[in-house]
Amino acid sequence: MASRKPLQPNRVNGDKYSVLLPTYNERENLPLIVWLLVKYFGENGYYYEIIVIDDGSPDGTLEVAEQLQKIYGEDKILLRPREKKLGLGTAYIHGMRHATGNFIIIMDADLSHHPKFIPQFIKKQKEGDYDLVSGTRYQGNGGVYGWDLRRKLISRGANFLSQVLLRPGASDLTGSFRLYKKNVLESLVERCVSKGYVFQMEMIVRARQLNYTIGEVPISFVDRVYGESKLGGNEIVSFVKGLLTLFATT
Amino acid sequence: MTKLLQWLLGVSLLGAIWTVVAFDLLELGLPRTYREVAWPMPLYLLVSFGCYSLATVGYRVATFNDCDEAARELQEQIKEAKDDLKKKGLRM
Repeated sequence: MASRKPLQPNRVNGDKYSVLLPTYNERENLPLIVWLLVKYFGENGYYYEIIVIDDGSPDGTLEVAEQLQKIYGEDKILLRPREKKLGLGTAYIHGMRHATGNFIIIMDADLSHHPKFIPQFIKKQKEGDYDLVSGTRYQGNGGVYGWDLRRKLISRGANFLSQVLLRPGASDLTGSFRLYKKNVLESLVERCVSKGYVFQMEMIVRARQLNYTIGEVPISFVDRVYGESKLGGNEIVSFVKGLLTLFATT
Repeated sequence: MTKLLQWLLGVSLLGAIWTVVAFDLLELGLPRTYREVAWPMPLYLLVSFGCYSLATVGYRVATFNDCDEAARELQEQIKEAKDDLKKKGLRM
């Protein structure tokens, strides 16, 4: 009997990883992030899919995504676009609806999060069967590129305040580079009501409330956007408001 | 119990103990030194916490890793990716 070459020669354990990529005007970056994801998933033999959730980007991000689909296959690149810019929470819900992975990875599509850390997330998750693994910029050899003193001060100060008030058991609360078990992400997203930075904080806080286990992996965050969009007074005010709301309600 | 309630509970408890000791409300007849030490405690703790906060945040800002190597690596990979994608037929 002729031996049949397996479709996924190195598939590990039957686990599948779905990457959720919410995009808005990422025409330039989308192909690059997809290329990197394909590289690191492929090198490690993981079974994966990339779900692009585009919120009606006027710059043609969706059109680039369609090209990527042709190059890499519709089983690897899934498109779940939306009409206009809606919240991040709903983007996750929308993306998860058709996700076939048992693990979900959320990350930014602007290359500030590097897919090379994903195999580390996966390994960490397996180590302790963690319900979620969070990338941290504040511990180990985690760090940031492209931030000046002011930005670092605000970041560390805000994080310190969050640690004192919420005692969350995770070092990086506002980070958005994480790996979740699918059922864990589903149960958390439906409970979270905040917006922006505070949404990511609320996910961690609720995870602790529900006794989910959290693992951490140091990551490097390469900020290429900071030069254009500085962290202004408005964002700081809404962060503090959100933090105090979490403090009073969780 | 929310974090806010935990804090209020903790502060009330400590506040009650402090008031009883500092003002000798229950006429426990504690030695004078207890009252002298207890009296400035709230201010002392507040100032200590303030100093601790400044020192901690200062230290963390000073030791915040700058990922120059990561940025360089990313730039190289971007070039590599663009070339490879062009070969595969992507029109940017």
